[in-house]
Amino acid sequence: MTSSNWQFDTEKLLVESHGLKLDEFEKIVQGLGREPNLTELGIFSAMWNEHCSYKSSKYWLKKLPTSGERVIQGPGENAGVIDIDDGDVAVFKMESHNHPSFLEPYQGAATGVGGILRDVFTMGARPVANMNALRFGDPNHPKTKHLVSGVVGGIGGYGNCIGIPTVGGEVNFHPSYNGNILVNAMTVGIAKKDKIFYSAAAGIGNPVVYVGSKTGRDGIHGATMASAEFDDDSEEKKPTVQVGDPFTEKLLLEACLELMKEDAIIAIQDMGAAGLTSSSIEMASKGNVGIDINLSKVPLRAANMTAYELMLSESQERMLMVIQPKKEELARSIFKKWDLEFEIIGEVTDTKKLILHMDGEEQASIPINILVEDAPEYQRDYIVNDPSPLISFESKDFEDKDILSDLLKMISHPNLCSRKWIWEQYDHMVMADTVVRPGSDAAVVRVHGTNKGIAISTDCSPTYCRHNPYEGGKHAVVETWRNIVASGAEPIAITDCMNFGNPEKPEIMGQFVECIRGMGDACSKLNYPVISGNVSLYNETNGEGIYPTPAIGGVGLIKDLSNTMTIGFKNEGNVLCLIGESDNHLGNSHYLSIIQNREDGGTPSINLDDELKNGKFILDCVTKKLLKSVHDVGEGGVLIAIAEMCISGNLGIKIDITKDFLHGFFFGEDQARYLVEVSPNKLEQIEVDASKSAVKIERIGEIGGTSISINSIGEIELSSLIDHHTKWFNEF
Amino acid sequence: MLAKIHITLKKDVLDPQGSVIANSLKSLGFDNVNDVRQGKFIELEINSNSKEEAEKQCNDMCEKLLANLVIEDYSVEIEN
Amino acid sequence: MKTHVIVFPGSNCDRDVAVAIQNIIGSSPEMVWHKDSTIKQSDLIVVPGGFSYGDYLRCGAMASASPIMKSVIENANKGVPVMGICNGFQILIESGLLQGALIRNSSLSFICRDIIIKPTNTKTIFTNKSKISKMPIAHNEGNYFANSNQIKEIEDNDQIAFQYCDENGDINAHSNPNGSINNIAGVFNKSKNVLGMMPHPERAAESIHGCDDGRNIFESLLS
Repeated sequence: MTSSNWQFDTEKLLVESHGLKLDEFEKIVQGLGREPNLTELGIFSAMWNEHCSYKSSKYWLKKLPTSGERVIQGPGENAGVIDIDDGDVAVFKMESHNHPSFLEPYQGAATGVGGILRDVFTMGARPVANMNALRFGDPNHPKTKHLVSGVVGGIGGYGNCIGIPTVGGEVNFHPSYNGNILVNAMTVGIAKKDKIFYSAAAGIGNPVVYVGSKTGRDGIHGATMASAEFDDDSEEKKPTVQVGDPFTEKLLLEACLELMKEDAIIAIQDMGAAGLTSSSIEMASKGNVGIDINLSKVPLRAANMTAYELMLSESQERMLMVIQPKKEELARSIFKKWDLEFEIIGEVTDTKKLILHMDGEEQASIPINILVEDAPEYQRDYIVNDPSPLISFESKDFEDKDILSDLLKMISHPNLCSRKWIWEQYDHMVMADTVVRPGSDAAVVRVHGTNKGIAISTDCSPTYCRHNPYEGGKHAVVETWRNIVASGAEPIAITDCMNFGNPEKPEIMGQFVECIRGMGDACSKLNYPVISGNVSLYNETNGEGIYPTPAIGGVGLIKDLSNTMTIGFKNEGNVLCLIGESDNHLGNSHYLSIIQNREDGGTPSINLDDELKNGKFILDCVTKKLLKSVHDVGEGGVLIAIAEMCISGNLGIKIDITKDFLHGFFFGEDQARYLVEVSPNKLEQIEVDASKSAVKIERIGEIGGTSISINSIGEIELSSLIDHHTKWFNEF
Repeated sequence: MLAKIHITLKKDVLDPQGSVIANSLKSLGFDNVNDVRQGKFIELEINSNSKEEAEKQCNDMCEKLLANLVIEDYSVEIEN
Repeated sequence: MKTHVIVFPGSNCDRDVAVAIQNIIGSSPEMVWHKDSTIKQSDLIVVPGGFSYGDYLRCGAMASASPIMKSVIENANKGVPVMGICNGFQILIESGLLQGALIRNSSLSFICRDIIIKPTNTKTIFTNKSKISKMPIAHNEGNYFANSNQIKEIEDNDQIAFQYCDENGDINAHSNPNGSINNIAGVFNKSKNVLGMMPHPERAAESIHGCDDGRNIFESLLS
């Protein structure tokens, strides 16, 4: 396989088919002092691609705040870690699996869930909740329904089988995803603070162990290349989408957690993207050591695999570990008990090189620092376009009498309708710790055996980001923060999944830069750092990029579960109040897009001081037990939020307000607002508290009955509201 | 005509069900089972003028709906 | 009470049911690995929910062939109470302890939601404290099927344990989540010491679950 006499054209083709630029190839030759062989070229290509090296995004990602008093591990490990008191930590991350999910929605989504689960249990945490953030194309696009069914099936298929509840997520539809859907999966796990596992290899001579499934020719890329090494049916040999095996992953999870109780593991790394290559290099680099691997020892599923294939295979459900030599037999017996592969394939060395042998011959020898520290990093050119202009809407252009029919149209639209059809396909109650089920602002799971809980929310508004990436970036962060506050939890930290188009286009890079700036400002102000994440670039079809989609997954802590809040109305006679300022912002709202079929008017601006002030006020009221239910006012505005509270609690409301511009008030998407249910005897106290904190509060109406009625407009029965809310998915 | 369509995972795609079935068979004492691959079997009745035409149509069905060629292979057998 | 919970590779409600037993029955169960071959003395054996062997081939089929099941069957035949929940129900059917079959939900999709069940026979060790109860289901293959002769036989022997119903206890098509014949949610063996049920009582066993109706099944076993 070694060849140093390539014709220039062949060489160029080979380099390009590995996704490397010629100047990057030059860098490899310089670093090695010779030309790489094919296996080495494959290794460089895997390590230096966008996914592993973050070469376009690294410079910008460094600008995000990543530390805080509760942050134990920020970005750079398999997942981030936060302190949740009493010696407990929460471990979490979100990751994309976009391209495979478009090709094979069920398996693509399933393996996405499998990958993120491994990232979390690699750290020593038992996963306790799965979440997701999904974007599909136009609801009427011929492929959309098939993709939705497949992705939902795959997420459920994997999560249900392994027995980790999928407790929530978000789904939206927009034509910009017609040819490139987004499947972002998030996992949260719980561990003990003194039992967190990291990936830095250590201890010269210690064994490097391969565990899990066997290796096959799954997802090997760089494949359209020189025919010499691949025969005619090579297409059949190189599936680009892997089949997930949640059953094996369940065994791997239990085996790893069992071994982690022993003092046996020095370092552990999941074999995810670029499998054995990235896991071994990551471990060596973090530990500042070398690793020797004998590829002949790797457990194989397919016959006659080459060194190149072994290093680049993305077979799922595998892990690499460095273990204490004395614990080898114990470790082996645990993996044997769970019917999993356990093979010592190499050892830690002091060479600071990755050296591979196979059948007695050296296949590769690369200094780790060339692969990692010398990896290319780009500061790509970018252009920041002016945000779409704000449009001020006026009452005279709207008919008040349309309010209720507009409400029905909006609540039946795929972007606002009930997601019950989706989450009923996810086991959201296994582990018996789910406190708030899907459909509220944030999902809440109990920390097993305690009276505290973790609140989780995923969010992003790509339309906001498209029309104003800075405010859109802020919004995505703030929306999850608000959702967590509305569940009664103290927001702690986020993970991000940055889905963008081609970064080599300056305007796309500009979106990325601005979204990061917005996110950074919001995170800093709210003391809500980024502790893990993932970047997915080149999300394009036919040269058309997706909308910028920085999906955010936020996590918060509820110290006493009796303070958990949900959105459903609780009692007749209680009063609904709106917290926060309303300014009739209809620009880029769901109202405009659904009712008027327009996408303009500008992204609402976010006042971070107000967000902080109003959020703190809500949490303060929760602690004082002043609130019966809370809902953040998000997509669709106040009236949509009220309808959701009615449906969830199966109680109506008599809305009694006086406003000059009813459409602006009911459907405007102004930020930093919450709806709260207050019992009449607490009303005065909350109003006094609000005025002391300079927080705006206004009474909206009295809860009760079986309809939503609006003074001077009319009423609508809850049963009709529910029919409209559930119609689209019920007819799926 | 009767069309018999087999859909299986491509040779090099992991077949988790197949491997678990193989292990269970072994634990039941069927030691000589080396490998198990499982798949779907679809039988459909089709009106067609010729076997060739029926086969062509079935191939088309497999490519458009019944199989996902990213991970699956199919074979079609037509009986009168 | 000496209780046992069987753990298969792929079981995932084993911990949940152990917690419920600990909380309600008051003793912590012994977790029995599927490769163990005997359970000596037991007052209750639970075959928990999950995806034993990934539910590959047919739900419960591989688990029913694993070593521990011989001992479970022996104990059941001696009269020891055996309870299968969800995947456990599927395993007990595959092992021949219970009659019928559990096929794919009529909606063809996995369903996780609260349903209501009504005990059909309240004179058994599992149901003497049972009432109309709300608890979750979470399954893809919970559609109970048996041919008409078998149905007649289990009806004549009072072997139906639970049926899906509405809030008022009416057993109708509207309250049937998965297409089960006669809304059957759970059945007994002839001697009523083996119960299989699709709903998850262990997920409706404390106030944070939003409902604790599932407790009555474990409480029945205490009396």
